Amino acid sequence: MSARADSAPHFPAEPDYLRIEGISKRFDDALAVDNVTLGVRRREIFALLGSSGCGKSTLLRMIAGLERPTAGRIVLDGEDLAEVPAFRRPTNMMFQSYALFPHMSVAGNVAFGLRQERPRLTREQIDARVAEMLELVQLQRYAARKPHELSGGQQQRVALARSLAKEPKLLLLDEPLAALDKKIRQHTQLELVSLIRRVGVTCILVTHDQEEAMTMASRIGVMSEGVLLQVGTPDEIYEHPSCRFTAEFIGETNLFHGRLEDGRLNGSDFPAPLAIAAEAMPAPGTEVWLSVRPERVVLGRQPPAAVNGNVSINAAQGEVDEIAYLGSHSVYHLRLGGGGRRMIASVPSAHWGEASAPARGERVWAWWLAPDGVVLTR
Amino acid sequence: MSSGPAAPVPAPPRRPFFLLRGRFWVASLPWAWLLLFFLLPFVLIVNVSLSTPDLAVPPYVSPFSQPQAEGRPVFPPAFNPDLGSYRRLGDEVADLARPGAELQYLRAFGNSLLLAALTTLCCLLVGYPFAWHIARSAEGTRNTLLMLVMLPFWTSFLLRVYAWMGLLDSSESGLINQALLALGLIDAPLQLLYNSGAVLIGMVYSYLPFMVLPLYANLVKLDMRLLEAARDLGARPWTAFVSITLPLSWRGIVAGSMMVFIPAVGEFVIPDLLGGGGVLMIGRRIWDDFGPNQDWPMAAAVAVVMVLLLIVPIMVFHRHGGRGDGAGEAGP
Amino acid sequence: MTRAATLERRWGARAWLLLVYAFLYVPILCLVVFSFTAGEITTQLDGLSLRWYAALRHDDELGAAVRLSLQVGALAATAAVVVGTAAAVVLARFRPGAGSGVFAAMATAPMVMPEVVVGLSLVLLFTHPMLQPVLGGRGVAAIWAAHTTLCAAYVSVLVQSRLREMDRALEEAALDLGCPPWKVFFVITVPVIAPALVAGWLLAFTLSMDDFVLAAMLSDPGSTTLPVLVFARLHHGLKPEINALATVIVVVVSIAVLVANRVMQRAQRRRRAAMHAALRG
Ligand SMILES: Nc1ncnc2c1ncn2[C@@H]1O[C@H](COP(=O)(O)OP(=O)(O)O)[C@@H](O)[C@H]1O
Ligand SMILES: [Mg+2]
Repeated sequence: MSARADSAPHFPAEPDYLRIEGISKRFDDALAVDNVTLGVRRREIFALLGSSGCGKSTLLRMIAGLERPTAGRIVLDGEDLAEVPAFRRPTNMMFQSYALFPHMSVAGNVAFGLRQERPRLTREQIDARVAEMLELVQLQRYAARKPHELSGGQQQRVALARSLAKEPKLLLLDEPLAALDKKIRQHTQLELVSLIRRVGVTCILVTHDQEEAMTMASRIGVMSEGVLLQVGTPDEIYEHPSCRFTAEFIGETNLFHGRLEDGRLNGSDFPAPLAIAAEAMPAPGTEVWLSVRPERVVLGRQPPAAVNGNVSINAAQGEVDEIAYLGSHSVYHLRLGGGGRRMIASVPSAHWGEASAPARGERVWAWWLAPDGVVLTR
Repeated sequence: MSSGPAAPVPAPPRRPFFLLRGRFWVASLPWAWLLLFFLLPFVLIVNVSLSTPDLAVPPYVSPFSQPQAEGRPVFPPAFNPDLGSYRRLGDEVADLARPGAELQYLRAFGNSLLLAALTTLCCLLVGYPFAWHIARSAEGTRNTLLMLVMLPFWTSFLLRVYAWMGLLDSSESGLINQALLALGLIDAPLQLLYNSGAVLIGMVYSYLPFMVLPLYANLVKLDMRLLEAARDLGARPWTAFVSITLPLSWRGIVAGSMMVFIPAVGEFVIPDLLGGGGVLMIGRRIWDDFGPNQDWPMAAAVAVVMVLLLIVPIMVFHRHGGRGDGAGEAGP
Repeated sequence: MTRAATLERRWGARAWLLLVYAFLYVPILCLVVFSFTAGEITTQLDGLSLRWYAALRHDDELGAAVRLSLQVGALAATAAVVVGTAAAVVLARFRPGAGSGVFAAMATAPMVMPEVVVGLSLVLLFTHPMLQPVLGGRGVAAIWAAHTTLCAAYVSVLVQSRLREMDRALEEAALDLGCPPWKVFFVITVPVIAPALVAGWLLAFTLSMDDFVLAAMLSDPGSTTLPVLVFARLHHGLKPEINALATVIVVVVSIAVLVANRVMQRAQRRRRAAMHAALRG
């Protein structure tokens, strides 16, 4: 775990509700989850984000008890779950495919978990709870339908109601919106968040969609190849990525690779040595990467004026190669110094004021302030 | 968020996971059944094939049995195998070169293997285009066509062979002979029944669905766009068939062929009814040694040899088809 | 491809299908036609009558054989579904462990193993001096056990393919919602694979009803199943009574198949219509 992840705001007063300690899962010869340690707080919506196949689902399934960890511990609300079988764990999961029971009605699906409660709930209790859940997801009218008679969005809500019906201590969502159309997905994201907040359940959400993670989660854990790379709030992860993978996976970025000498980055394919500013400067001679977000890059027809204070500026001239006009802003693809190094800059449409925006082939200046670059050592 | 990755966390104890106890019980039922009614009987076959025929009930003396006089049984019992049955088969192999040798068993083995191979080939030649056309017909009619293949085979197998006896009957009242006579194509009834041709027809008739169903299951999943692509790239129909369709349907072909060939080797009812006992089959030899001849050790030895001969095809079937995919809907 | 070539191919396909179906059905048709003869010869229509159906009704030996076959078939099919489904669950759901290769081979081998070998091996089992007192020797129970072994192999293949198709998340979801594993099997898995179980039962039933070799080898004088009786009669001269029997069987089976097909298609159509409605509204 990185220094950055450890320095995420932490309140020792409230211990982590869910603690995952050094958990690993090996399938035959492949390590699907590699020594992950993680804490999730009560009532938090936590997103596990990573490209497909990186082990997110496996981690989630270990929490649910559907997969047995090769090593490590899972402690939920002070209870070690190691020896608790899946059907006795106080967690409920919503599956990527929804896994609605095809031979049961919507109400039957929602009631299924309640019927398994011991000591038994009375019929009235179950009916009341089912009605409450269906009202929560606004499907009262569909109680008697079979799952295949519902649209994708409705099925998703049934699955959600079913996994909330038992008031789990921990709600696990595996790619909850992946099966929906892009259009419905965006407004369902916010709906889902407000619903989870209303219920007040602690929730772990798995997704490969960074926008979804940013929109829904209060904190995000970035995974790659079974390793948890970084944990933080969405803006921490975006503004202060701890490694190249996070920087490139979340949003877009310009990466410059070089060696650290005299507080500058030398040897990169940027036309000049790069001025950098880091809280904790790595030792000279270290191989580092500088990540600069496109929206931190400023474009102009004139070279940048000096800035007050002792903030240095990195500037270079480049040729506009490609422009993608996206309404509120445009993305410029530049070729720096006439060489092969490309760079992207995201410029607000209002930036050019009265003047016309640069056209393809025009030479412009691109610059950014040294503190806007993030120094990465891995 | 606390300790780094270095802190080793103990692995959970390797106790059987939650399902394990239940799993044991679920697995024990079919295991016990198969051990008792499939594996143990085969061990007994081997045991009996090493026994001496005897006028007793059952009619053999086990190689493990004690002489009666000794009184108390000893453990472990002495093992005195009688290789007589295998020796008889071995003698026939030795006699192979001698002209005029009787070769009862060897000839029966040869007949059975040949008949099974021919049956498999004919079923493949008839069944492949048949299954192909069913698989390529409209989705609605497919089920009906398939149903029509299986329907005859849900009726009695013996009665279907019986039907062929009436059709092929060599007298004037045989149905095919009647038709040919009426049409004036022949003057005297043909010898249609009680020959190898009749047996082959009956075999193909009975085993065809075992070929068609695995082939169909395979061909229906074949992506027609591959063939279109091949045609588009200029492949002639025959080239496209050999280079695309055939390799892709290979599993179906193997599954179907094995489902026909293996049981056909032991088949004797059809040859008996349609061949009139003139062509001796190895299944019939087992049946006779087991029944009228009361030579169970010989029957068992022949069965052991038959299983040894079939072990390779059975392994191939198991590898290629018996897994619930290709041959998933294998049974009629 | 030209239009003419396509047409030619389509007619070629039709012709081939027709030819093979004729091959399959002409013999059966003949059986049916000659069951209505008034004469004694099985291949000549000497006037029309139902006399052979009357003979069938009054044939007590045949009646007893049919009853026995139905009983054995039903019991064997039921046992085969239990054993075969358990085997399918082991093969499709359990992690492979020691001996699972042997198990997989044993589970499918009865399907292809020549019947005469299986029959002989089971006779040796049931007549083994030490096992006979326990297993009861040859007879109806032995036939039942033999048929169960044979049919369980077919059932296990059918059920296995259905289990592999089934979304495993359904079982995991039930487990996750607090349902213990054994109950998951009965309330989730069984209903989902029910069509395969029904198909397996019917297949096992027909296989058992139709089996001659195993039944003949394992029967004792008190246990003559229908195929054993038919075989004996085929050897002792043919009478149109057998045609009548065949006709009855064909009609019963056809009706059963038609009804089953209709029910299944209707269910499917209803599902599809409901799905359309859901997508629209
Ligand atoms: N039951 C399994 N057996 C073997 N490998 C598995 C199994 N489940 C997952 N894996 C492997 O583990 C890795 C992680 O899978 P998963 O957790 O499903 O990824 P994600 O959900 O992030 O897409 C993948 O490489 C996958 O192939
Ligand atoms: Mg996943």
